[in-house]
Amino acid sequence: MSVLGLQPVVVQALGGIFALLSLASVVVAVIGSRLSDDVRQEVVARIQSWWLMFFIFAVAMALSRNVSLAFFAFVSFMALKEYFSLVPTRRADRRVLFWAYLAIPAQYVLVAMEWYGMFIILIPVYAFLLLPMRMVLAGETRHFLRAAGITHWGLMAMVFSISHVAYLLVLPEAINPGAGGAGLVLFLVFLTQFNDVAQYCWGKLLGRNKALPTVSPGKTTEGVIGGLATTIVLAWLLAGWLTPLSTAEAIAAGALIGMAGFIGDVTISALKRDLGVKDSGSLLPGHGGILDRIDSLIYTAPLFFHFIHYLHY
Amino acid sequence: MIGILRWLFFTLLVRPVVGIVLGMNVRGREHLPKTGPAIITANHNSHLDAMVLMSLLPHRLLHRVRPVAAADYFMKGRFLSWFSTKIIGILPIARKSGAGDDPLAGCYEALEAGEILIIFPEGSRGEPERMAPFRGGVAKLARLYPDVPVAPVFMHGLGKALPRGEGLLVPFMLDIYVGPSLHGRDEDDDFLVTLREKIEVLASQHHAASWD
Repeated sequence: MSVLGLQPVVVQALGGIFALLSLASVVVAVIGSRLSDDVRQEVVARIQSWWLMFFIFAVAMALSRNVSLAFFAFVSFMALKEYFSLVPTRRADRRVLFWAYLAIPAQYVLVAMEWYGMFIILIPVYAFLLLPMRMVLAGETRHFLRAAGITHWGLMAMVFSISHVAYLLVLPEAINPGAGGAGLVLFLVFLTQFNDVAQYCWGKLLGRNKALPTVSPGKTTEGVIGGLATTIVLAWLLAGWLTPLSTAEAIAAGALIGMAGFIGDVTISALKRDLGVKDSGSLLPGHGGILDRIDSLIYTAPLFFHFIHYLHY
Repeated sequence: MIGILRWLFFTLLVRPVVGIVLGMNVRGREHLPKTGPAIITANHNSHLDAMVLMSLLPHRLLHRVRPVAAADYFMKGRFLSWFSTKIIGILPIARKSGAGDDPLAGCYEALEAGEILIIFPEGSRGEPERMAPFRGGVAKLARLYPDVPVAPVFMHGLGKALPRGEGLLVPFMLDIYVGPSLHGRDEDDDFLVTLREKIEVLASQHHAASWD
């Protein structure tokens, strides 16, 4: 069975996520009255946002490879815009920021062209060297280093990192004949997001010791370890189906995603704390802005990509 | 025909630009007027300010919204006057009026016809993200029409995205704060002071990171 060009395995995986979300909706509907109002509202809003993200993601994946790439480019755009709107910027840098935005289409066109050599250096080398040059042309030296650093950090996190998810889609099919690039994307995105949820649930159930009280008071050591263990088990269960990873590699990939997801989450928390904001925006009810949703992915995407790229591609 | 052009302009251009290229975080949307006559007042940073406020209102109100704008600027040339009055729907007023003419006459007609006026009391866009002194027109309208609600709005972001003198739109999220409406009947002679205070209170909720 092949739906709109998706491999059967990918359709099954999407079906699995659909079932999981349905189950979550049913569970919340049944036990909702036993939760406190705040928690219930948050969980209901989160699940609704999950449904929305799932449908957009599934439709983009099903339409065509280039639609999926455009979808990830759009995610980078929304994230970079949210970031540039949160951080302090200089009026003199308006046109510099415009050039920074142009890195998004350039980077994703490189993905579509499967030009790996240029994909991997466009932002770390060319954008890194050229944007400060554009800033020099604007002539404002006050806060120059801060502005250059802030701009490049944003490009690396929101565009370079996230574009690694897209590059998974164009990796050669022959190495992962069952599920292809779409299988790798589902594996990465599902485990990254599930790790967040598992951390939250284990933290609510068993949480005693705060993991990083000054950065993210809600995170507990028990939650992090529970999330990590859950993610490793899921990686082990899903890898044979969606990826070319061996059992040992799958367990390592699960540990990598679990740890990196936690680090990405608290890194964006530290950034928001520095800027004095709680949520990065109000795009997704219950989730804050898009930065709050992709914080873990900023870390897991390039790390998982290079892990699997080194081992198999 | 004009109605269709107008609908196309807002649906295909204004709403996608404001909603996707820029993006909005709106607080207090429930305070926006649901019907006319009403006045919406806001701080002024950019030509897009009026478009953003118009796109906050439902489609069905679009044909009744009139941004009050300077005739000397927006009525220059035939195309610009046609576009300003027919497509955007501005209500042109003379910034420097001749003796005897009441520059607000068009506003009275509009309010009496149940329309929604958008007024920028600063009068001009001025320095990006800085509020200039308010002018008295809105206070006069509130005194003459004491039952018409006047909604205070604070907007941040357009001064960065498209400030005065810049032709290049750079994407930034917009933060928009709408407060409960004031009425001329509740204020004495210091309507303008109260209105400015309300907008400043909305502005103080905003956390803006800037080095300028």
